[in-house]
Amino acid sequence: MVKKLVVIGAGMASGRALETLFKETSEDWDVTLFNAEPRGNYDRIMLSPVLAGDKTYQDIVIHDDAWYAEHGVTCRFGEKVAEINRETKQVMAENGDVLDYDKLLIGTGSNPFMIPLPGHDLEGVIAYRDLEDTERMMSMQPGQKVVVIGGGLLGLEAAAGMAARGVEVTVVHIMGHLMERQLDEAAGYLLRKALVDKGITVMCSANSKEILGENGKVKALLLDDGTELPCDLLCMAVGIRPNVALAKEAGLAVGRGIHVDDQMVTSDPDILAVGECVEHDGQVFGLVAPLYDQAKIVAKTLQGEEAAFVQKSLSTKLKVTGCDLFSAGDFADGEGREDIVFRDPARGVYKRLVIEENKVVGAVFYGDTSDSSWFFGLIKDGTDIAEMRETLIFGPNFQGGEPLDPTAAVAALPPDAEICGCNGVCKSEIVEAIEAGAGDLGAVRATTKASASCGTCTGLVEQLLAFTLGDAFDGSKEAAICGCSDLTHMDVRRLIKSQELKSQQAVWQELGWKTKDGCHVCRPAVNYYLLADWPVEYEDDPQSRFINERKHANIQKDGTYSVVPRMWGGMTTPDELRAIADAADKYSVPTVHVTGGQRIDLLGVKGEDLPAIWADLNKAGMVSGHAYAKGLRTVKTCVGKDHCRFGTQDSTGLGIQLEKKLWGSWTPHKVKLAVSGCPRNCAEATCKDIGVVCVDSGYQIGVAGAAGMDVKETERLADVATEEEAMEMIQAFMQLYRENAKYLDRPYKWVAKVGLDWVKEQVVDDLETRKALVERFALSQSVYQKDPWAQHVEEKAESYQPIANLTLEAAE
Amino acid sequence: MSSWIDVGALDAIQPRGARVLKTAFGCVAVFRTGEDEVYALENSCPHKGGPLSEGIVHGSKVTCPLHNWVFDMATGQAQGADDGRVATYPVRVEAGRILMDAAFLQNRSAA
Repeated sequence: MVKKLVVIGAGMASGRALETLFKETSEDWDVTLFNAEPRGNYDRIMLSPVLAGDKTYQDIVIHDDAWYAEHGVTCRFGEKVAEINRETKQVMAENGDVLDYDKLLIGTGSNPFMIPLPGHDLEGVIAYRDLEDTERMMSMQPGQKVVVIGGGLLGLEAAAGMAARGVEVTVVHIMGHLMERQLDEAAGYLLRKALVDKGITVMCSANSKEILGENGKVKALLLDDGTELPCDLLCMAVGIRPNVALAKEAGLAVGRGIHVDDQMVTSDPDILAVGECVEHDGQVFGLVAPLYDQAKIVAKTLQGEEAAFVQKSLSTKLKVTGCDLFSAGDFADGEGREDIVFRDPARGVYKRLVIEENKVVGAVFYGDTSDSSWFFGLIKDGTDIAEMRETLIFGPNFQGGEPLDPTAAVAALPPDAEICGCNGVCKSEIVEAIEAGAGDLGAVRATTKASASCGTCTGLVEQLLAFTLGDAFDGSKEAAICGCSDLTHMDVRRLIKSQELKSQQAVWQELGWKTKDGCHVCRPAVNYYLLADWPVEYEDDPQSRFINERKHANIQKDGTYSVVPRMWGGMTTPDELRAIADAADKYSVPTVHVTGGQRIDLLGVKGEDLPAIWADLNKAGMVSGHAYAKGLRTVKTCVGKDHCRFGTQDSTGLGIQLEKKLWGSWTPHKVKLAVSGCPRNCAEATCKDIGVVCVDSGYQIGVAGAAGMDVKETERLADVATEEEAMEMIQAFMQLYRENAKYLDRPYKWVAKVGLDWVKEQVVDDLETRKALVERFALSQSVYQKDPWAQHVEEKAESYQPIANLTLEAAE
Repeated sequence: MSSWIDVGALDAIQPRGARVLKTAFGCVAVFRTGEDEVYALENSCPHKGGPLSEGIVHGSKVTCPLHNWVFDMATGQAQGADDGRVATYPVRVEAGRILMDAAFLQNRSAA
């Protein structure tokens, strides 16, 4: 059976109640909606942007005529209800119409409070409550004067909106600082300063005495100290009071607002109330969130479902005229309360936490509210902050210790937190991309570039995926090599071996590549896998290499290159140094730098000069240092027992032997070695990919160290007695790494995946496997251990020059 | 009216490679794809000025060597998350020679 519902007041709370009701059913109810304003439900919170001219009324309409028509609501806008008769369950409209109701919903909202100053009824004295008030303020022209009484949120929004239109605005506030209920004195001061900067005059501790008029129209505000503030319009924004008149006349229980229980029912079981007009458990409400909660309960109660309204603790996060403000909890001074305060006047940032018994009980932020939700959580949950007190004020990003759940830490980050420093990608962009369908790391990289450069933020991005997708994210699944294929790197490596794929074409065809010839991500990897597995059959393809490996020099940010000749084991000679100096002079090398790998870097060489400078260095007996390669870089040494009084073995000699054996080899990522002559470890061998520390009894071989994006000590592969054994074991380790690691995994990452024990089985324990590895390495070296500089000088020098130079022809 | 000038042999460029063409108005990257299509683009990436001629060529796209911006060589438009464009120039191959429109090259501002 259809029941009659009469609703008094078409505000945001009753509007939400109807919306919720209609979501469940729209046939059970015959709804009549009265509204004193001659319009339906609009977003009252957005009146400020309308005033400032950023939005129009049309933009802020919540329910339009079509919506009411669709749901069969009889609209009586511009009409007040004159009387409620609870005996007969009827309401009487102003025009005398009488309507029956089964249920009545009162949503009369609140009235602006008008201070009964002499002259408050003059023309030109308005409140700031509805569209009419807003339009009145919008009619003020630049140069006209307006006084706003009230330095709370509403008054300041009104002031700022009008000031933006060029109106001369003075704010008169009775208290010592602005927004005293939300802000402490310091934040109030900062806010005042920001408003004054916008040209608004702010007078605090100012008592209004009388509104002066002329011909029945407002002329000025007189303060009790005699100050007269001339004005064309006076806006009173000192507060609101629940509008209870109708309910009171009908004999409902009323305090500050209309009394309702947890079901939003008044003292009459057939009458409900919602919104700013109600009083629940001693509280009245002004913010929208609890009103919307109430609205849902109203709909449930009307449908006969069980539901109860629960008050939640509230925080206020506001933007007043572009200033971010936040306050929550209780921030009054008191016995046993301590403050933690952070001030940065230059940035206009102020943060204050009020601590009581190791708990945050209040917070006030001005200028930077990005971490406010985290602090609000601390207040709500009563978290014990003793452990993090020292860094508490800096927010969640600076809390030490391991968070229990890594996704909790990433969840706590503000939306504008930068995740990927290389590409400047913030959290919200990544979350948006994930929500738009980027379901794995590769997709996030493709759409946002986050973690696509150095990769250190990969973990964070994965956590964001896990946090955003919840259980739908399978973190254990290894990502596909790139968008060209669904196969992982390891799938591709395995298939290249098992199916004996020996060319790029074979890989594209047999493995179903989605692109014609791959992309900049997969092609260098596939090129490496092919040349590592089939050193004789497959021919290296320079066009599938990153420019550094194609041109055998490191590209710099200005497009020039750096040239690093090899210095075996970090040893050099006066002749070599002379040749390097001559080359630096001859090619006007702007920067000469000593590298961390014990050699000399010539930076700023023009691409066109590369073959010539290489030829000169070749002539002096030097070869490429492969400082650009995913391959063997350097073998760093100390001077060992030849010179050092602590040296136990010939570390330099072993280093040179190793470098001579390993140079020229391509590897999944760069490989750096070191040999130290004693445990004092001057060559820093214990943070290298492969590091040897000489001891009296022989050689300690460590592997899988790191000193880059990660720092990690090497793990002991084996202790051996002779140089020969050390050489053999290291070559075997290199080859095992070359044959098995994922492209761009340094040895420490690869060893972490396969386990050191497995590595030891292959290169330490099983002599036959070791030997086979060394042989395969030797075969590969027979092809690849050639100085690429000499080769390019001879065969490819021409390609380093422009194909044509039209500037010369033009000159001719 | 366009006048085509011979800037070099197609074979002077590696398949999936590029060479630089110097002009009075700056460098132009002349690309050859794996299928012998030829494109001519402004050599400087709009991001940080990376030399596109040194990038990896895949399909009809090229990846900037500095920060991996990917450009469609036919349109000059950056792909994926990046937003930017490089100028493209008319170029064609005739009898194994690469020809470019001289008028166009001289009018780089119009491109």
